[in-house]
Amino acid sequence: MSETKKLTYAKLGQNFIIVGIVFSALGILLGWLQGINATSKAWKEMYDLPWFILIIGIGFVIYGFMKWRTYKEDKTAFVDLSSKGLKKFLLNNGIILALIAMVIGIMMMEHRFIQLKVLRDILAQASPRMIIALGICFTLLIAGTDLSACRMVGLAAVISASMMQNPEYANRFFPNLPQLPVIVPVILAIFACMLFGLLNGFLVAKFDMHPFIATLAVQVIIYGVCSLYFDLPPNNSQPIGGIRKDFAALGQKKLFTEYLPDKIGGIPILIPIALVFIVIIWFILNKTVFGKNVYAIGGNREAAIVSGINVPATIVCIFVLASALYGVGGVLEAARTAGATNNYGVGYELDAIAACVVGGVSLNGGVGKVSGIIVGVLIFTIIQYGLQFIGINAMWQQVIKGIIIAIAVAIDLSKYRRK
Amino acid sequence: MGEYVLEMKEISKVFPGVKALDHVTLKVRPGSVHALMGENGAGKSTLMKCLFGIYREDGGEIILDGKKVNIANSKMALELGVSMIHQELHPISYRPVMENIWLGRFPMKWFAVDHKEMYRKTKELFAKIDLDINPSALAGTLSASQLQLVEIAKAVSYDSKIIIMDEPTSSLTDNEVAHLFRIIRQLKSEGRAIIYISHKMEEILKISDEVTIMRDGQWVGTWPSSELTTDLIISRMVGRDLTNRFPPKNYETSTEPILEVKDLSASNPRSFRNVSFQLFKGEILGIGGLVGAQRTELVEALFGLRGIASGQILVHGKEYLAKSVADAKKNKIGLLTEERRATGIFPQLSITDNTVIASQSNFAKGGVLDDKLRKKRATEENKKLNTKTPTMETLIQDLSGGNQQKVLLARWLLTEPEILILDEPTRGIDVGAKYEIYTIMQQLASQGKAIIMISSEMPELLGMSDRIMVMSDGKVAGILQKEEASQTEVMRLATLYL
Repeated sequence: MSETKKLTYAKLGQNFIIVGIVFSALGILLGWLQGINATSKAWKEMYDLPWFILIIGIGFVIYGFMKWRTYKEDKTAFVDLSSKGLKKFLLNNGIILALIAMVIGIMMMEHRFIQLKVLRDILAQASPRMIIALGICFTLLIAGTDLSACRMVGLAAVISASMMQNPEYANRFFPNLPQLPVIVPVILAIFACMLFGLLNGFLVAKFDMHPFIATLAVQVIIYGVCSLYFDLPPNNSQPIGGIRKDFAALGQKKLFTEYLPDKIGGIPILIPIALVFIVIIWFILNKTVFGKNVYAIGGNREAAIVSGINVPATIVCIFVLASALYGVGGVLEAARTAGATNNYGVGYELDAIAACVVGGVSLNGGVGKVSGIIVGVLIFTIIQYGLQFIGINAMWQQVIKGIIIAIAVAIDLSKYRRK
Repeated sequence: MGEYVLEMKEISKVFPGVKALDHVTLKVRPGSVHALMGENGAGKSTLMKCLFGIYREDGGEIILDGKKVNIANSKMALELGVSMIHQELHPISYRPVMENIWLGRFPMKWFAVDHKEMYRKTKELFAKIDLDINPSALAGTLSASQLQLVEIAKAVSYDSKIIIMDEPTSSLTDNEVAHLFRIIRQLKSEGRAIIYISHKMEEILKISDEVTIMRDGQWVGTWPSSELTTDLIISRMVGRDLTNRFPPKNYETSTEPILEVKDLSASNPRSFRNVSFQLFKGEILGIGGLVGAQRTELVEALFGLRGIASGQILVHGKEYLAKSVADAKKNKIGLLTEERRATGIFPQLSITDNTVIASQSNFAKGGVLDDKLRKKRATEENKKLNTKTPTMETLIQDLSGGNQQKVLLARWLLTEPEILILDEPTRGIDVGAKYEIYTIMQQLASQGKAIIMISSEMPELLGMSDRIMVMSDGKVAGILQKEEASQTEVMRLATLYL
């Protein structure tokens, strides 16, 4: 490693800030030009490109400042610019780089993709999945899994929707139910999920059952229970409709509509909701005793026991917390679609696991970050949205999705393989 | 064939940030035992992994039987006549012993595995090296030492010219070591060469013909073992004269008992029985005994990890029910376990996280951690113990064994224990770090802490303990004062109930 190929964090930060400012300026300039030439077709075809460039520029500046702060704390930190260092960088960030390449590719194929609206829709679509993935990551972190996530989503959707119908709707689930405040069914639905989460945790902690089989059993039970509830007369397994506006707003409301330009048209409430949960989960994992215990149990269970960590209690808490998040996901799904059936949520657990793993959460436990999970979920949503956008049919989408999971995980694992 | 069966010339290997091997040379004669010595991290295992095809060397050449070879993987190494007995064994627990031995080269009859033939061949193999193990027994039912001997049998079965043994005696009793040495001499007489890695000086001097010493990835030299002594080997390994392997005692032991154990028996009837002893403030109580004497089981029971059927434990004269680790911590007891990797470290967590994990509630308010305080206390404690680490955010798996052990010690010291139980505190640690850990133990004793130390290394047991409790087959065979303790006396007691 020769001296010339090292770049200190101070320099790195500086460079990023400079590039960021250049990008921002370029974005503003382009935007101004676009404004002047509003009638020109070529300029119109650019859509929101100036905005994107500006956002990237601001992102670079923030990243640069962060690196610069790291330098203040640890003056020896540096980036290795030799070919080995570059290779490592490519491996470590391969997934994100592939994502960026894909986005640029789609943008070139279909200019309409370069719109802030598209970005907004992708984030909104990613939000419920994010909450479910954040729940399932806890179970993955202790080298477990949770197959019951999907059915918990369905259960929460059905319970909350069943109590949130318009009084004048003909096919009411509970014909004589008074108008409840929105919070009541939401709490009930989440609480029902937490009960089953408790069952999951109990089976795993008390009987040392593998989470795969324990949550599989619970998954089947939940589906049965949910279907029984769904089949109660007078509903008799009819899809639940006629959802109240105030409940649907939980998943459909758009914020700041009047303050934002038309081309964005309001921020779906799902995005800030997901953000709140991201912050909460990040805090739990990084700043609380419970979070540290989760990593410890996943990293070395025996050592955790010897260190005096209450392993069974932590496991129970993990499954209950995870199920609460699935419950939130289910309620939001019901609100977003203004309806529910007992088949809501099918396949969500596998999507969530795949997103976590693509985001670097190890199935062997003990490794995983919230930032990785965010990237994982976004990748999946962008793939789905992007492929639909350029008109690739649903069957091919499945094939591509599968291939991407395999490649992403292969790249991720090669980080750890040393020879 | 030339003078040497194996020549490794100028071997180099670089890991990210570390020069693991720096132009190392190793020449092994046929029909000899060649010992490879060095502190942990000196590069012995790395060199052997290059020979066995687990790592690829970055420079240098390997010459087998006068021919330059390129060993790409372990399969090739085996085909070339090199086999290796690893430091850590990974048997397939739920398959018979014989399948573990012949895995990958099962005797076949048409398209099916010929189990009869496999059984016969295994019997034959075991008879050859005088091993009394049922080939059909499941590998998981064997003891660690039996597994080690099976592993050796497996190496013999490859009919290798060179057999690498990496710490083969770490889990063997003295009798089994003697057995192993008989096997080694037999292999020698058949013209095979044995590369023998071990930290145990006495063993090396007894069995080896030549000794190669490595330090910091470099070749220090090769000498006939007849020219070497324990002190010479140590000084060449560490590059300095270690006049004393143990720091001088500088503390007074009180007569105030802090822990009293009365007639304690385990729930498992085959484990320890009727154990009684006292532990005084500011003393180091050594527990000696052979493998299987139930020493680890005893201290784990004291720490609340194992069931107790009868008997009493008093801490400061008050009854203590060792039901859980939480109980133990409440009574200010700490335990550094024997298996650092299996029950000690959290490999993917940072030094800070590893240090504070057992005392997290001290750094949290309402479950929320105080990051600054955590880091500060972890840094202080590790500084006191002289842990060498680039940063506190470094993952513990990137440290050497000795430094990992210091982090674990720091972990327990942060819980402010009055009774510290150390189970084989220096196992697999190099000489320099050992001395540091001994010094720390004496410091703690001088601060009035009571230490229980299990050790299977006789010199350590005799050198460090104020009193030695010797266990034999689950019972206390005797408690020796420092003055009356000797190697022979400890051995006599250790075999008392066998």
